[in-house]
Amino acid sequence: MIRVTLPHHLRTLAQVRGDVELEVIGPVTQRSVLDALEARYPMLQGTIRDQVTHERRPFLRFFACQEDLSHEAPDAPLPNAVASGAEPLVILGAIAGG
Amino acid sequence: MSTVRVLVGTRKGAFVLTSDGKREKWDISGPHFAGWEIYHVKGSPVDPNRLYASQSSGWFGQLIQRSNDGGKNWEPVGNKFAYEGVPGTHQWYDGTPHPWEFKRVWHLEPSLTDPDTVYAGVEDAAIFRTTDGGQNWQELPGLRGHGSGPKWQPGAGGMCLHTIILDPSNPKRIYIAISAAGAFRTDDGGVTWKPINRGLRSEFIPDPNAEVGHCVHHVAMHRSRPDVLFMQKHWDVMRSDDAGESWHEVSGNLPTDFGFAIDVHAHEPETIYVVPIKSDSEHFVPEGKLRVFRSRTGGNEWEPLTKGLPQSDCYINVLRDAMAVDSLDKCGVYFGTSGGQVYASADAGDSWSAIVRDLPAVLSVEVQTLA
Repeated sequence: MIRVTLPHHLRTLAQVRGDVELEVIGPVTQRSVLDALEARYPMLQGTIRDQVTHERRPFLRFFACQEDLSHEAPDAPLPNAVASGAEPLVILGAIAGG
Repeated sequence: MSTVRVLVGTRKGAFVLTSDGKREKWDISGPHFAGWEIYHVKGSPVDPNRLYASQSSGWFGQLIQRSNDGGKNWEPVGNKFAYEGVPGTHQWYDGTPHPWEFKRVWHLEPSLTDPDTVYAGVEDAAIFRTTDGGQNWQELPGLRGHGSGPKWQPGAGGMCLHTIILDPSNPKRIYIAISAAGAFRTDDGGVTWKPINRGLRSEFIPDPNAEVGHCVHHVAMHRSRPDVLFMQKHWDVMRSDDAGESWHEVSGNLPTDFGFAIDVHAHEPETIYVVPIKSDSEHFVPEGKLRVFRSRTGGNEWEPLTKGLPQSDCYINVLRDAMAVDSLDKCGVYFGTSGGQVYASADAGDSWSAIVRDLPAVLSVEVQTLA
């Protein structure tokens, strides 16, 4: 199972506590994980990726294994530790504004 | 006895304020969607328990929430606002072309006849419609496709479509307003639109007959006289008696004619309310006094309403969608401030009291009068 850590407001929106666990079919990439996340929690559509362009929203970042993966290609494989469920993919909101 | 429900959108959530017809004691629920900007909350006129809210955030974008029980419970509905076709460009602040980009929903206007149909005014300026209770939104592209689109330019708050008025006597007629393009009207249900800005004067526009470019802040109408419109422009309070074909100024004796909010008494179509703001560079009430000004003559002659409002050391603003009226007798008038107060008058403005004083900055106020 893939683990995803959501920021506070998206946990509230999706009505989940703690990490989200997802079954991902095929290669584990940013795109496949986010597709699985949005399929299970449709209310998250548009909150992480733009609804039209599917680009990462500018004030969000993707981290895993203490690395910033935000600028990796959407179809690049995520680290093995994420694919195995040992480490979560962390979706982090920028610390900006009030 | 009647119930009054006040729907308040703030910088950090939505609040629902409820009272009986006396409008003395209020129950306050919220924050709903805590921490999110709520630009607007509005109920369906035909099903008052059906509410729609625009929820947005710089981090997470736009959501639309719907309630079927008067705001007790909410569910997120569709939030995909995709412009029709190639979006094209409008002017940026410096006059260069800038691509149309969706940012947020400023205003939600439920249909007068169908609780599942709602219009949404968005930034960058466009109008969308849902006919399935908010699940899917389609642009009415004739507005943005009006030939003047490439000349539209954002106001300081962004290039927002902030006002949508549905004509109760003519389901094909809709008025909208955009900062800083101006006002537009459709007479064919939103297929084609025409600018209705003749008579507006703006210092920063060299051509006094410019078709577009006016920074209209808000427009109000009384449902019994849908051809009579009142406008708070950037500067100037304006009036049209011919469905926007022409405008004339009715600022009269106002201490300043800059402002955002404007509304009409529920039972007296010539009684209108504004909250003058000092200037476009000082967005607070003049002289440290919070004064609503009322005209009982459709403009030009204005009286300050001060009873119960702070008359010293007050430096708040009242935004364009943050004033509303109920339909009780006497008419209730409500407005919210950048300081987080929501003021109410149960006597058409003669006296005021704060329903609540310490909310986040208020972005919008709507009122429902329930049987």
